[in-house]
Amino acid sequence: MSFNNLDTLYRQVIMDHYKRPRNKGVLENSNLVIDMNNPTCGDRIRLTMKEENGKIVDVKFEGEGCSISMASASMMTQLIKGKDVETALKLSEIFSQMIQGKEYDSNLDLGDIEALQGVSKFPARIKCATLAWKAMEKGLGNAHSDNE
Amino acid sequence: MDIKSIRSEFPILNQLVNGHPLVYLDSAATSQKPQVVIDTVDRYYKEINSNVHRGVHTLGTKATDAYEASREKVRKFINAKSTQEVIFTRGTTTSLNTVAYSYGRANLKAGDEIVITYMEHHSNIIPWQQAAIATGATLKYIPLLEDGTISLEDVRKTITSNTKIVAMTYVSNVLGTINPIKEVAKIAHENGAVLVVDGAQSTPHMKIDVQELDCDFYAFSSHKMCGPTGVGVLYGKKEFLEKMEPVEFGGEMIDFVNLFDSTWKELPWKFEAGTPIIAGAIGLGAAIDFLEQVGLENIQNHEHYLVEYAMERVSQIDGITIYGPKDPKQKAGVLTFNIEGVHPHDIATVLDTEGIAVRAGHHCAQPLMKWLNVTATARASFYLYTTTEDIDRFVSGLVKSKEFFSDVF
Repeated sequence: MSFNNLDTLYRQVIMDHYKRPRNKGVLENSNLVIDMNNPTCGDRIRLTMKEENGKIVDVKFEGEGCSISMASASMMTQLIKGKDVETALKLSEIFSQMIQGKEYDSNLDLGDIEALQGVSKFPARIKCATLAWKAMEKGLGNAHSDNE
Repeated sequence: MDIKSIRSEFPILNQLVNGHPLVYLDSAATSQKPQVVIDTVDRYYKEINSNVHRGVHTLGTKATDAYEASREKVRKFINAKSTQEVIFTRGTTTSLNTVAYSYGRANLKAGDEIVITYMEHHSNIIPWQQAAIATGATLKYIPLLEDGTISLEDVRKTITSNTKIVAMTYVSNVLGTINPIKEVAKIAHENGAVLVVDGAQSTPHMKIDVQELDCDFYAFSSHKMCGPTGVGVLYGKKEFLEKMEPVEFGGEMIDFVNLFDSTWKELPWKFEAGTPIIAGAIGLGAAIDFLEQVGLENIQNHEHYLVEYAMERVSQIDGITIYGPKDPKQKAGVLTFNIEGVHPHDIATVLDTEGIAVRAGHHCAQPLMKWLNVTATARASFYLYTTTEDIDRFVSGLVKSKEFFSDVF
């Protein structure tokens, strides 16, 4: 049986993150807690972050959802941990462009997230991939406006 | 029932999706449309499009006649006493909201009870939550048994003399459970309550007789029964509809308009403010003709056969959980399930690459998902054009999803 099309979507690295998620759990000393769900399908995520002086010192996620949403969350936490807020938001923008199949800036180190490129060919699954990122943007966006 | 000839009436089924012949197993979300319905809507716009109940010109009369003829078809289809009891709405959701808003708010007060079940669609939960919040009434749930059915004993225990409204689905869109509506109507009436039935999932698949059921309100949608989207029906007993206030006001529904107040048209038009969904209602009439030609009993038997066939085949897959009644005879043509280790979205995507359309998610029934202790499920649903070959392809697709997700490790 051929799995060609599916392989585009579910690359080994995605399945690895799904089955062995990085940074899974709830951060005890976090100062940003964001709950987000996808009301159309029931996926949900709780993102906990510790932000200090404009830097994401630590981050964890916890939730329920399909392979794409959970793998994307795992990859994201891995990528943004230790980065400053500005870079994290920039990465989120790049991710959003990539996932929609648009041209994106590949000068930054994107880590594992490029494995999710194939999602752009499955429009019904884009929302799965962006759930964690939206939670991150919401959390950091709020933190930013608090400082202003 | 000649499935091959039925299928040939549905042009959409004759196409490749992702390189494979389409297997459409999402009819509980919306059904496909036969050529005769498409042609009827098309012909309406090409030949008689005009506003109804207004002009004296020829087209206006033709459009009005066709629109009202469709109402008579609906009346006969559900065996209502009179066309005054048949209101065209936007769909089941609007129908249920109309009852909750108009009848609910006028007849509920603090201390009263509204009784629903855990298997309701959001459209038969939220309007009642809102009516309860607005009036101080209490919302109560009839519990489900292990197999996703309700017992009449629990119905009797939950409905009390304080209960004013019982709202229940005839067929669950997730479990396929067929509820004992006639018996529930009796219990509701003994306690002085009215029964509101969500008929979205029953009307397309079985013969409905609102007088036999003795329900007080009955709501359904055209698009799930081979008709166009955007139109549905609210049936209500005349004695209730007559006393109810309209929810929407404007053109079409008025008798006299004075400067500071107005009077309403008689039933059913007082509930049809604005230009109605004329083409949709006429299309629904064509869908009813089509379904009656095939025969509702034939459709129901075919679906029972399919669900039995599917349950037998699907239950052989390792790690599968099927929700709802175990006995296919107690079930409508809906198969909701999960496969251990594969999220329902992933199942749906794998099936989609094979040209097979199923639904994945919470199916607008979050309280039921909570009761089932899952966040999402996958659902295959059948209709008169579904074949055993469709189910065979679906089963191979499920096996493939399982293989794929265990293969990658």
